[in-house]
Amino acid sequence: MAKRIDVSGLSAYYGSHRAIDDISMTVEPRSVTAFIGPSGCGKSTFLRTLNRMHEVTPGGRVEGKVLLDDENLYGPNVDPVAVRRTVGMVFQRPNPFPTMSIFDNVAAGLRLNGTVRKSELADVVERSLKGANLWNEVKDRLNKPGSGLSGGQQQRLCIARAIAVEPDVLLMDEPCSALDPISTLAIEDLIGELKERFTIVIVTHNMQQAARVSDRTAFFNLAAVGQPGKLIEIDETERIFSNPSVQATEDYISGRFG
Amino acid sequence: MASTTPTDTPPAPPLSPRSGTSTGRAGDKIFSGLSKGSGILLLVIMASIAGFLTYRAAIAISKDEGNFLTTFDWNASADPPVFGIAVLLVGTVISSIVAMVIAVPIAVGIALFISHYAPRRLAAPIAYIVDLLAAVPSIIYGIWGAIVLVPYLAGLNLWLDQYFAWTYIFDQTQPGVARNMLTVGILLAIMILPIVTSVSREVFLQVPRMNEEAALALGATRWEVIRLSVLPFGRSGVISASMLGLGRALGETMAVATVLSPSYLMSLHLLDPGGGTFAQNIAAKFGEANGVGRDALIASGLVLFVLTLLVNGAARLIIARRKEYSGANA
Repeated sequence: MAKRIDVSGLSAYYGSHRAIDDISMTVEPRSVTAFIGPSGCGKSTFLRTLNRMHEVTPGGRVEGKVLLDDENLYGPNVDPVAVRRTVGMVFQRPNPFPTMSIFDNVAAGLRLNGTVRKSELADVVERSLKGANLWNEVKDRLNKPGSGLSGGQQQRLCIARAIAVEPDVLLMDEPCSALDPISTLAIEDLIGELKERFTIVIVTHNMQQAARVSDRTAFFNLAAVGQPGKLIEIDETERIFSNPSVQATEDYISGRFG
Repeated sequence: MASTTPTDTPPAPPLSPRSGTSTGRAGDKIFSGLSKGSGILLLVIMASIAGFLTYRAAIAISKDEGNFLTTFDWNASADPPVFGIAVLLVGTVISSIVAMVIAVPIAVGIALFISHYAPRRLAAPIAYIVDLLAAVPSIIYGIWGAIVLVPYLAGLNLWLDQYFAWTYIFDQTQPGVARNMLTVGILLAIMILPIVTSVSREVFLQVPRMNEEAALALGATRWEVIRLSVLPFGRSGVISASMLGLGRALGETMAVATVLSPSYLMSLHLLDPGGGTFAQNIAAKFGEANGVGRDALIASGLVLFVLTLLVNGAARLIIARRKEYSGANA
């Protein structure tokens, strides 16, 4: 299950433009790692290289290595579709399949993997919705469309959909930026529970959120607009927010820029 | 833009579409008169067409010695006139259904290829060529159909009759050249392909990126992305595209008239020559018809008019309902 991520020398491009440059870091299993940094610094791009979603953007290209335990996601014989089945992702805006019921949304990934037995699906859907703290709110309307839920519920539905296939890693790209404070709190609590089972990487613009939910924090920055984003430092969250080793990190978290 | 910041200085008066009329300048008056006049003219034209059709149709139907709806014959210029639209109605609907059954799956396939499979430098030319099909005049299709398609399809007819006669519709009871409803349907399918393709393609291109990424991130292959995100989103758009194509197939005249060898025999055997459609029948008979004969053709035109109106109305209803499915209510 939860696996270690080991990134070395990773650069990502949009066409000829280099968006992130030479990033290396290690993400421990069963922990939450937060990516912070100003807009455009490449933290979302970097996140999307971890499940090979970057290359679905036209012109998207990646150099370098991402090891999941010992397997290189960018190895020559690795199928990106298979990678995405083991590295789940939750997006900025909740994106349940609009025409599908709540049940079918959660079951979608399982069906892609070939699970069709009704009883097995029902078990996993219940377990996943409970895991996403959504079961009590939707158990009486599993056949209603997922798009009828509130924004926060939809985002938890997307989390349930992502964890239903038992991924090794869960990537979250600003999962709370479209949500109100109460829904945000619900998701943050959920992240705390999920890290018992998954390796979680979360991109956030909210530094309090990074401080609340993460064990380790990585600070990204870019020299100037149009320059590639770089990893400035990664450390224990407590250290990053109290005594970071790089001046730029301190400037950013204390609000002096960005 | 200013409406989002109510604390600003007093907002400017709202710019209503009519605020220009108060200036009283000559240019404004002329333009407003012109646009109003065009609008009214359109209504007058529509109303006079409908009124004309209904009036002449009423005359014809009152003189009809047969039953206008159920008679299998068209002797409107005879005395007494005997005519009915049964064969034409069935022929029109059947040829259009055949066209839809053939064209819609192919059009959806082409649209998906252009929107999701083809590399960009290939997608644009293919889209252009498909659109070009729509620019070919229908008489050209008719000539091509009569000269190329009809002899070419004779073999297909034999084959269908040999292996699929048990389906009844492919049972060929009168062997002969392929001037039948199947050929007409195939020709109509080619003719409605561009409209169905381009509307479907537009809908498929509108699928929100985040819906497709939801499927991709679950580990969906390209086909699975299409099945999970693109087709459910585009379904109602494809339906309305098909309705637009159906509207065209129902009213197509020259291509049908050139290919079909018409008769007033009611037959559901697609491979037998015979049958007819409203538009084909009008084109074939109008020149020699007079008096009641013309009115009778006009009456059949009215039925086609209503049929097309219903199909287009249904298409519009579906397009309007599509908004609920857009997935933008997140």
